Amino acid sequence: MPVKQQGVEGPAPRVVGGVTEKLPVRGLVIGFVAIAVATTAGLLIGPADIDRTNAVKELLDRLPFISVESGLTSIQKNIIWEVRLPRVALGALVGGTLALSGASYQAVFRNPLADPYLLGAAAGAGLGATVAIVTGSGDGVGTFDLVPLLAFVGALAAVALTYLLGYSSGTQRSPAALLLAGVAVASFLTAVQTFIQQQNVETIRQVYTWILGRLNTASWDEVSLLAPYGFVSAMLILVCRRILDVMRLGDFEASSLGIRPQLIRLVVICAASLGTAAAVSVSGLIAFVGIIVPHTVRLLVGASNRIVLPLSILFGAAFLVFVDLLGRSLASPAEIPIGVITAFCGAPFFVIVLRSSKRTLG
Amino acid sequence: MNLFVANGLGVRIDDVSILNDVSLSVKAGEWVSIVGPNGAGKTTLLSVMAGLRPASGSLSIQGRSLSDLTPRERARLLAYVPQHPEIPPGMTVNSYVLLGRTPHLSFLAMEGSRDFRLVEQVLEQFDLSSMGQRTLESLSGGELQRCHLARAIAQATPLVFLDEPTTALDLGHQQQALDRIRLLREEHKVTVVVTMHDLTLASQYSDRIILMSKGQIAAEGKPAEVLDPTRLSELYGAQVKVLKVDDHLVVVPSVSKESPR
Repeated sequence: MPVKQQGVEGPAPRVVGGVTEKLPVRGLVIGFVAIAVATTAGLLIGPADIDRTNAVKELLDRLPFISVESGLTSIQKNIIWEVRLPRVALGALVGGTLALSGASYQAVFRNPLADPYLLGAAAGAGLGATVAIVTGSGDGVGTFDLVPLLAFVGALAAVALTYLLGYSSGTQRSPAALLLAGVAVASFLTAVQTFIQQQNVETIRQVYTWILGRLNTASWDEVSLLAPYGFVSAMLILVCRRILDVMRLGDFEASSLGIRPQLIRLVVICAASLGTAAAVSVSGLIAFVGIIVPHTVRLLVGASNRIVLPLSILFGAAFLVFVDLLGRSLASPAEIPIGVITAFCGAPFFVIVLRSSKRTLG
Repeated sequence: MNLFVANGLGVRIDDVSILNDVSLSVKAGEWVSIVGPNGAGKTTLLSVMAGLRPASGSLSIQGRSLSDLTPRERARLLAYVPQHPEIPPGMTVNSYVLLGRTPHLSFLAMEGSRDFRLVEQVLEQFDLSSMGQRTLESLSGGELQRCHLARAIAQATPLVFLDEPTTALDLGHQQQALDRIRLLREEHKVTVVVTMHDLTLASQYSDRIILMSKGQIAAEGKPAEVLDPTRLSELYGAQVKVLKVDDHLVVVPSVSKESPR
């Protein structure tokens, strides 16, 4: 009995080309619409009293060939372009970077529950930020303090340590050895971070604010700090997207097809860790984005990495801008830390993912 | 002319010898079956020959040392299908067979129309065209086995190694799979090395049989030379008879009527 071919049309179906060359149109459309809606909402909604119609006019005025008088004061214009827009941009960059890193980790470890913090990036960044805060070398707010720098260095150092330990201990150089080394490094660094935090209780509020993640200090400086690392990380990972589909066969079979799995894993882990380190250095630890988003994309468009990876950037960006909007709107004028909201959404979603992972997730 | 030569292959794991000084050669266009009891070292030998497992000794293909080849060069000469291939969740038949084109693509390249056309032809040859959009998990054992073979053929190599390709199949599917391999071998001029458990099937399809025991080659030659009932009884620890039916050898167990004490 002929099997119905979904999504393949025409009298002479060129089935192979139809599958691999077909753009994930539905996913792309949803992703771009989500980003457009999230960005617009992020620019129009906020505690400052700005008329939304006038705000829309102000946005339109900046488009090429369109000239509209918004009637906003210069302060209101500043709020839109210097407060809300960098925050939206940073949210999109952090969300896209973390989601892509999560999808990459899941691909190279062939583990649907892997996230960007798996190899100790979060623990390293947490320790770096805590050291910066308790030594008073940064107030956790400014751009040029040491908090982002030490968080960035801490995250990269932790991943490097994990890699060295994982590959020096396992004779088979298996991904499992790397994961176990990640658990050990993360536990150790978290213990050190907790100890330092307990010894300096006067800074505990600042440390917690950082750990729970925030975008409320976003400025163009932070955007320009993250953008180059995020770009390099994304380019390196996207270049490997076809090979990461071959890696789904496991190291042994991927080797038989001429791939060097350990080299690919190293390149992708380095790229993803670079992006993750840069993201956490400006936003603190925002959990679950790296898991929620790639899995949502997989449920939507299937498990192929060549599609999941680019779409994760789009959906991650839209998701974090939305979540940030919730964080600053639900208890306005106060803000709920963004990490609390992502975890609040993430935990139930995690259960759904676990229940469906057997069927649809790689 | 020898397409593939292995010399003095040896593998030791925790001081246990898995392969010991194995040397063999495979001529272009041949079908060689490696048989032997469980634990004889068949699978290890095949993965070592495929360059996927470290071992002492030397390997050469088309006169070039395997160790001098990059993994990609090696994969353009030699396809390998393991006994239990990985089934990536959610992967379609099309995408899976297309992975066979990997060694022919540079790192940055994506598949082109030539790859798609070739895979399309292979899918047709394996009666898989109508299932291209189905996921691997939804296939039966026989259909899955065709996918694995199709991926290996899409790799377009002169040499194909198959590790027990008929183990999980019923009698009919075993025969269909082996007939298909024989046909493809003729059409694509592929040289085939297969590990097998079924001695009767091995004798009927192979040009040559290599009988392994305890990590060494116990006998090698044409099926009629290797499948000697005394030798088989000794190596397998079972009473067997080798019959000749319609010019084919049939290896059957010779069950004693007395119940074991």
